[in-house]
Amino acid sequence: MEKILVGLKRVVDYNVRVRVNSDGSGVETAGVKMSINPFDEIALEEALRIKERGDAKEVIVISIGSSDCQQQLRTGLAMGADRAILVATDDATDSLTRARALLEIVNRESPELVILGKQAIDDDNNQTGQMLAALWDRPQATSASTIELSGNTARVIREVDVGLETIEVDLPAVLTVDLRLNEPRYVKLPDIMKAKKKPLDEVALGDLGLTAAPAITEVLFEPPAEREKGVMVDDVPGLVAALNEKGLL
Amino acid sequence: MSKILIIADHDGVALNGAIAKAVACAASIDGAQIEIAVFAESTAAIAAEAAALDSVTRVIAIENIANKHLIAAVVAPQVVAISDGYSHIFGLSSSFGKDLMPRVAALLGVNQISDIMTVESPHVFKRPIYAGNAVLTVEAPTDQVVIATVRTASYRAAGANNSAPIEVVDIAADLPSHTRFVELQAGSSDRPDLQSASSVVSGGRALASTENFDLIYALADKLGAAVGATRAAVDAGYIANEFQIGQTGKIIAPDLYIAIGISGAIQHLTGIKDAGTIVAINKDAEAPIFEVADIGLVGDLFSIVPELTDALA
Ligand SMILES: Cc1cc2nc3c(=O)[nH]c(=O)nc-3n(C[C@H](O)[C@H](O)[C@H](O)COP(=O)(O)OP(=O)(O)OC[C@H]3O[C@@H](n4cnc5c(N)ncnc54)[C@H](O)[C@@H]3O)c2cc1C
Repeated sequence: MEKILVGLKRVVDYNVRVRVNSDGSGVETAGVKMSINPFDEIALEEALRIKERGDAKEVIVISIGSSDCQQQLRTGLAMGADRAILVATDDATDSLTRARALLEIVNRESPELVILGKQAIDDDNNQTGQMLAALWDRPQATSASTIELSGNTARVIREVDVGLETIEVDLPAVLTVDLRLNEPRYVKLPDIMKAKKKPLDEVALGDLGLTAAPAITEVLFEPPAEREKGVMVDDVPGLVAALNEKGLL
Repeated sequence: MSKILIIADHDGVALNGAIAKAVACAASIDGAQIEIAVFAESTAAIAAEAAALDSVTRVIAIENIANKHLIAAVVAPQVVAISDGYSHIFGLSSSFGKDLMPRVAALLGVNQISDIMTVESPHVFKRPIYAGNAVLTVEAPTDQVVIATVRTASYRAAGANNSAPIEVVDIAADLPSHTRFVELQAGSSDRPDLQSASSVVSGGRALASTENFDLIYALADKLGAAVGATRAAVDAGYIANEFQIGQTGKIIAPDLYIAIGISGAIQHLTGIKDAGTIVAINKDAEAPIFEVADIGLVGDLFSIVPELTDALA
């Protein structure tokens, strides 16, 4: 195939203990480490492996957001992507707008595969891939833990509630990936240097004919309910007694 | 008035029990009229279960050989075909619901709300974000249909003392053939289902092998509990993926959760926040799991778990 398009979302790093800010308008991001959404990193790793096997010629990474997203795109280029596209907007976007933006790029680039993370670890939405597939009128295979390509089809094993489901989709298609698909490579210093020379194009969200204006309003961010402090027991009889006291045995 | 359509989840034979929880969520919207749509090859048994759920006023049964295995790209246009007149369309936060609902939303040109945990008003909902580290109140526009998934761990199942009318409906929607079901590998188990069990015994990386997981099974069997695991245990191959609990696994709300050799990473904790009582057994007194545990025991699981299993009648 000619091209694989991979989405990279800039998110608060998964090791950060996220805190709601004081006025409830969002979470604290000042001085917080930002990274590529872990699922998207896996998506990129898979695309790179497909290319390295000789099954694809070009891997393009794309991010939607502020110019800060260039960092994540550069990391993607350092991992091995050939070029990057930033759909630039300083405003918050919702999943449908992101899917519409991806569709515009898909229409320009005509990739045979779009690979995205199954969800972003910030909004935990799990929506964009499915929405893009719908708007594109193409198949979706979500939560992939194995991807096998043969000719014009992809056979995908999906992690589902009851186990593993295998489906076959015709290309072009949208795949979203789960954690067990692969382990992303580490970026090496020389690759970071090389990545600086790779093309990173920018297109304004507005120039794609889209406005950010999220339809769903984020009214209030709150910390989750705290659990009451528990008790420590010293041994198994103590544990059994504590469970009995709560009527759980 | 809110007219709510719930998309049934099923395995081709029986209704997914969590649909009763989605009904409870829908019923928490004032004056809601609740209907359930069943897409299947053969709908009779599933539709009958749906019709029994309290507060349901009608079940719509859509029979089609193409619905033998539920495929999002195939079901979505059928949902769109019957979507007229509904103020809300809900699915479960299950593999099928998560796959389907965003596709439906995009076809209808609207956004989707994932994982409703409480209903504040017909268009205002709370949902967890950042692996449950924050709760976000969202407001959907009132001039559009609300498409959402329901975080079923937040709800108690609706009763089943109803007999709503069942209507078989034919749909003339163009169904794609670009997506084909191949097979389903489902682990068979005599143990209680992880998502609906009242007790769950869960093991982490510390179990260190598939064989050692027998300690977890033995304790679970004594308690009549379901078995769960962390991502680390699943990644290491000690247990199959469907047992993973957390941000990317199952979200559960048992009365009793026993975490054994589990550190308590936020991605795991988000899956057990609604458990009644959390018990933690870990050799590291500083492990974060103790911050959320109701009962904690510091020590070596390899001696504690067999002793606990023996101590239980
Ligand atoms: C995007 C993303 C999504 C994720 N989603 C999930 C998810 O859905 N679910 C999930 O579980 N994780 C998830 N994770 C992984 C998560 O961050 C942790 O790595 C994982 O939960 C750790 O599993 P664990 O507690 O089994 O292992 P560890 O963190 O290694 O903890 C093992 C614990 O066992 C204790 N121990 C060791 N030996 C003994 C002994 N002999 N007796 C008693 N205690 C002992 C140790 O003290 C330690 O606390 C996700 C991570 C990312 C990045």
